[in-house]
Amino acid sequence: MGVFGLMNDAPLISILTFFPLVGALIVGLLRSNDAARVRAMAFAVSLVTLFPIAFMWLNFETYPAGGGLQFVERHDWIPSLGVEYFVGIDGLGLLMILLTGIVAPMAIQASSGSPKNPRLYFALILFLQAGLYGAFTALNFFHWFLFWELVLIPSYFLIRNWGGPRCRAAALQFFIFTMVGSIAMLVGFVALYQNAASFDFMELAEGARNNGAATMAIFVCVLLGFAVKVPLIPFHSWLPATYSEAPTPVTMLLTGVMSKMGVYGFVRILLPIFPAQVEAALGVLTALAVLTIVLSALAALAQTDLKRMLAYSSVNHLGYCMLAVFAASQYTSVDPQWAAEKSAALSGVIIQMFNHGVTAAAIFCFIGFIEQRSGGLRGVDDFGGLRKIAPVFCGLMGISLFASLGLPGLSGFVGEFLIFKGVFALNSWAAALATPGLLVTAVFLLKILQRVFSGPLNEKWAGFAELTTREQMLVAPAVALMFVLGVYPQLFLNLTNSTVVRIVNQLAN
Amino acid sequence: MSEATQTLWLIPTLPLLAAGALALTPRDNRTAAKALSIGSMALALLLSIRGLLESLRLQGDHGVAREFFNFVWLSFGAGEAGVLKLGVVLDPLTAVMLVMVTFVGLLIFIFSVGYMEHDANFKQFFCFLSLFAAAMLGLIVSNSLLLLFICWELVGVASYLLIGFWFHNPEAAAAAKKAFITTRIGDMGFLLGMVWLYAETGTLLFYDGGAGCLEQGAIAAMVAKTAAGGIAVSTCIALLIFCGAVGKSGQLPLHVWLPDAMEGPTPVSALIHAATMVAAGVFLVARMFPVFEAVPPGAEGGATALTIVTWVGATTAVFAALIAVAQNDIKRILAYSTVSQLGYMMLGIGVGGVAVGMFHLIMHAFFKALLFLGAGSVIHGCHEEQDIRKMGGIKDHMPWTFYTYAIGMLCLTGLPFLVGFVSKDEILVSALHGNTDSLVSLLPFLMGLFGAVLTSFYMFRQVFYAFYGEYRGGDEHTPHESPKVMVAPLVGLAAALVFFSLPKLNPWGWFSGFLEGGHHHEIPTGHVAVVIFLSVVAFLVGASLAYRLYFRRGIRSADAPDALQERFPEAFETLAGRFHVDELYEASVIKANAWLAKMADLLDRKVWNGITQFVTQVAVMFAWFARLFDEYVINLGFDFGCRRVNDGGRFATKPQSGQIQSYLRVIGISLAVGVLLLTWGCSGS
Repeated sequence: MGVFGLMNDAPLISILTFFPLVGALIVGLLRSNDAARVRAMAFAVSLVTLFPIAFMWLNFETYPAGGGLQFVERHDWIPSLGVEYFVGIDGLGLLMILLTGIVAPMAIQASSGSPKNPRLYFALILFLQAGLYGAFTALNFFHWFLFWELVLIPSYFLIRNWGGPRCRAAALQFFIFTMVGSIAMLVGFVALYQNAASFDFMELAEGARNNGAATMAIFVCVLLGFAVKVPLIPFHSWLPATYSEAPTPVTMLLTGVMSKMGVYGFVRILLPIFPAQVEAALGVLTALAVLTIVLSALAALAQTDLKRMLAYSSVNHLGYCMLAVFAASQYTSVDPQWAAEKSAALSGVIIQMFNHGVTAAAIFCFIGFIEQRSGGLRGVDDFGGLRKIAPVFCGLMGISLFASLGLPGLSGFVGEFLIFKGVFALNSWAAALATPGLLVTAVFLLKILQRVFSGPLNEKWAGFAELTTREQMLVAPAVALMFVLGVYPQLFLNLTNSTVVRIVNQLAN
Repeated sequence: MSEATQTLWLIPTLPLLAAGALALTPRDNRTAAKALSIGSMALALLLSIRGLLESLRLQGDHGVAREFFNFVWLSFGAGEAGVLKLGVVLDPLTAVMLVMVTFVGLLIFIFSVGYMEHDANFKQFFCFLSLFAAAMLGLIVSNSLLLLFICWELVGVASYLLIGFWFHNPEAAAAAKKAFITTRIGDMGFLLGMVWLYAETGTLLFYDGGAGCLEQGAIAAMVAKTAAGGIAVSTCIALLIFCGAVGKSGQLPLHVWLPDAMEGPTPVSALIHAATMVAAGVFLVARMFPVFEAVPPGAEGGATALTIVTWVGATTAVFAALIAVAQNDIKRILAYSTVSQLGYMMLGIGVGGVAVGMFHLIMHAFFKALLFLGAGSVIHGCHEEQDIRKMGGIKDHMPWTFYTYAIGMLCLTGLPFLVGFVSKDEILVSALHGNTDSLVSLLPFLMGLFGAVLTSFYMFRQVFYAFYGEYRGGDEHTPHESPKVMVAPLVGLAAALVFFSLPKLNPWGWFSGFLEGGHHHEIPTGHVAVVIFLSVVAFLVGASLAYRLYFRRGIRSADAPDALQERFPEAFETLAGRFHVDELYEASVIKANAWLAKMADLLDRKVWNGITQFVTQVAVMFAWFARLFDEYVINLGFDFGCRRVNDGGRFATKPQSGQIQSYLRVIGISLAVGVLLLTWGCSGS
C-alpha cells in the first residue's frame, strides 16, 4: 500500500515523459559502443516506461465525473503569458501513451544488426519516445508545441543518418513539410492567443469558440499542421519517400505512433476548439478524407516496394479516422440517436488509432526481418514461395496483414466497423464512397501474401531463415493484441467511453 | 430458456477450440489432428441434434418457436443506444441447418483422413477445416447480423486458406485470392446494408423480444421510409445485403470465383464450395427474409427485393448449367452445377419463401457433398486425374464409388421420387403458382425447367464419360477403389439420401410445416400435376440426349472431340470458354482497377509531388531574393560603416588584423535583425 500510495501522489506523467529523456542522455554517454549492449540498455529504459503506464491504466477511473482528465499536474510557468505546465490524460491520452510504450521498445529491439554509432541512434529513439509521451499528455499549447517539435528533430536525424540510399532527400522533405505545418500551427495559436488570451486546450475548447476568438484563418493554419502529420491528401507527398527511406524501426515509430499525433490533434484540439469552422468546411474536408482513403489504397496497389505499399496503406487507414472525425463534427439535433452515432464514430477513431499503430508497426517489423534476410531487397516480386520454408513467418505476418485489412475477429475490424456505423448514419454517401478503399486494401494485402509467400519457392531464397525465437518474442505481443482486441474490444472501449461522451457533449453545445 | 439454447454457443466454440489447439500443436502430430477435429465435430453434431429435438418440442401449433440469448459485446457511448449486443438463436432455421452442417461436415472430416493421408501439412489442413466449421456454425446460430457478418468473413478467410492450401501451386494461390476478393466485393454491399439497418432500427439483433430488427416494429419503420428514388428503405437494405449473398453463393455476376476454387483439395470443395459455405448466401436471405418480403402497406405486386432475388437465381441457374455442359474437368462440372443449383435455391426463396429454398439447400448439401466426395474418390483412384476424357469404365474398378455416386447424381438430376426431385419440384411449383398471367412472370419457371433439362444432360454426360466405356487413362496404372475411410462417408451420405426419399417419410411436408410454423401455402393440385409431368419430361429429355450422344456412340479416345462439339463447334466453344466472363472481367474491371491504381500513383508522383517541387522552387527563389537583398542592400550600409571602423581599427590592432572584421559583422547583422524585429513589433501593436 505504501508504494502505491506513493505512486498515487507522484507526478506520474512527468516521470513518464522525462525518464526516457534522462535515459537518452545516459545511453548517449555510455562508454561501450557495442550495439548489442547499447540496445539492451535503451530497450530497458524504453520498456520500464510501461510501468507507470500500467499503473495509470489500473488506477484509471472508467467513468470520472464529467469525463474529465486524470493524473493531472498543473503548475504555473509563465503566468504573464498564461503558460502553465499542465499535463493529464483521459482515455484517448492513455491509449496513445500505451501505444507509444508498446511500439517504442519494439522498434528498439527491431533495430538488430549494428547501426553505425549506436549510442546516438538509440539515444535519439529514446528522445523521440520522450517527445511522444510529452505530446500526448500536454494540455497547454506552449509545452505541447515544444514536445511536438521535439519529436520532429530526432526523427529527422534518424532518417537522415541511418536511412536508405536516398534518405537525405527524404529527410529534408519530411522536415520541410512538417516544419511548414508546425509554423502554420504556431502562427495559428499565437493568433488565437491574441484573441482568447489562453494557451490552455481545455479553456480554449470551453471558451474560445463562443466569443469569436476562433476564426477561419486560424483554423486553416492549425488544420495545416495536423493535416500534414496524419497525412490528409494532398499534404501527404512527403510520406511514401520518408517511410520507405527511413530505417525500418524508425518507420515503425513513424507509422505506429507519430502518424497518430495528427489524428490526436484533430480529436483533442481541432474538433473541440474549432467546431464551427470544421462544420463550415465540412464538404471539402469530407471530400479530402474520401479521396485520401480511395487514392491511397489505389496508389498502394501500384507499388512494388513493400515499404512504399504499406506506407500508402497507412495513409489509407488513417483516412478512415479522418472521415469519422469530420462526420462526427456535423451539426445535428440533440437526439440521443445522433449522439450514439457520433460516439460510435469517435470510438472507432480512437480504437482504430491504437489498432493501426500496433498492426502497422508489426507489419513494418516483418518487412524489416525480410530486409535483414534479403540484404535490403523488399520488392513484392523479389520473392516467392517463402511459406514453404518459413511457415511461422508467413503465418504471423499473414495474421498481421489480415488484421490490417479488417478481418473480423482481429483488431482492425472493430475500429472500421464503428467508423462505418457512425459515418453511414451521419453521412451515408461518404461512407458508401469510402468502401472501395476497404476492397482495394484487401487486394494489395493479399497480393503480398500471394507474391511473397505462395507459389513455387524462388530458389534464390532457399536459405531464407524462419523467424528466430527472439523475433517471435518481439512480434508476439503485437499479434496477441490483435486477437485480444478483435475479440474483446471492450477492454479499451471501457477506457475511451467517458472521453468520447465528453467530446460528443462538447460538440452538441 | 431451454438448456439446448443455453449450450448453443458450444456448437461453434468446440471446433474453434480444436482449431486453436491444433494451431499450436507440432506439425507432425496427426493423431491430435484427427482426434481433436473429428471429436469436436461429433460433439457438435450431438449438440445440434439435441437442438433440433428441442426446437421440435417447442414447436406449437401456431407460429415459429424461437429462443434466443443475447449479451453485450461492446458499448461505445452513453445510454442504451450506445450498447452493441450479440446473441445466439435457436429456431427451426438454425436447427435444420446445424444438423445438416455438422452431419455433412463430420463425414467430410472422416473422408479427409483418407484423402489427405500423404500430405505433409495434414495437421494444418484439419486446423483450417475446424476453423471453417467453427465459423460456419457460428454464422448459423447467430442472432445478430453483426455476429453473422463476423462469422461470414471468417468463413471467407477459412475458405481462402483452404483453396490456397497447396500454396506452392500458383493457380491455387491465385484462386484463393480471387475467391476472397470477389466475395469481398459483395461483402462491401453487405457491410453498407448492415450499417444502414443499424442506423434505421438501432439494433442488429434479429430477435429481441419485439425490439429486434426482424420483428414487426423495425420492419414497419423501414417499410414506411423511402430512400432516394422512392424505394422503400427496407428494399434498399435487403438488396445491399443480397450483394453479400450474391458473392458468397456464387450468383451472377460474382460467380467467377467458385469454379476456380476447385484448386483446393477435394474435401474442401465438398464441404465449403458445395455443401455449406456457398449455401451461406441462401441462408442469409432466408434469415433476413422478413426484410426481403416487406412491402409498404397497400403496394401493388410482390416485394421488389424478392423479385430481384428470383431473377438473379433463375438467370444463374440456366447460365451455369449451360457452362457445365461443355466442361471436361470432373470437379468443374460439379462446380458449375453448384452455381446453378444455388441459383435454384435463390429462385426458390424468391418465389416460394424460406421453406422452399431451404429444403433444396439441405437436400443439395447432401447430394452435392456426396458427388464431390465421389469425385474425390475417383480422382484419388485415377491417380490425380481430373479430366473425364481420360477416365472411362471406372465403374467396374470402383463399384462402391460408382453406386453411391449414381445415387447422388440421380438426386441432382431429379429422378422422380428421389428427394432431389421433390425439392426441385417444389421450387418449380412455386415459380408457376400465381405467375401465369404474363410471359415475363412465367419466365423464371420456364428457365427453371430448361435448367432441369440441362442438369440432367450434363450429369449423364459426366457419368457416361467417367464411369462407362473403356478406361482411357493410359496403361501405366489402372484405377483402384478408395480405402474404407473414404468409402464409408460416401455410403453414409447415400444412405441418408435414400432414407429421405422413402415415400412414407415425406420430408417436405414435415419440413415446410416446421420452418414456416404451420403456414402452409395451398397450391392447386392441377399445378402440381402439371409441374410433376414437366419435370419428368425434363429429366427424360436430358438423360436421353446424353444417352444418345455419349453412351450409344461411345467415346473412342481421350482426345476425340466431344459429340456436341462436332455438331455445334462454335456454341460449344463459347460454353467451354464459360461465356468468356473471366476474360471480360479481365479486360474491364481488372484492367480498370489497374489503370486507376496507376493513375493514383502518377497523381502522386507527378501532380502532388510536382506541386511540392514547385512550392519548394518558389521558396528557394524567395530565399535567394532575401539573400540578395541582405547582401546588397542591408549589408552594404553596414559594410560601409564597418570599413570605416575597420580602417580605424586596422591601425590600432595591426597584430590581429582581420579578426575584428568578422566580429563586427556578426554584431552588425544581429543589430540589424534586432532593429528590424523591434520595428515590426512596434508597428504591430
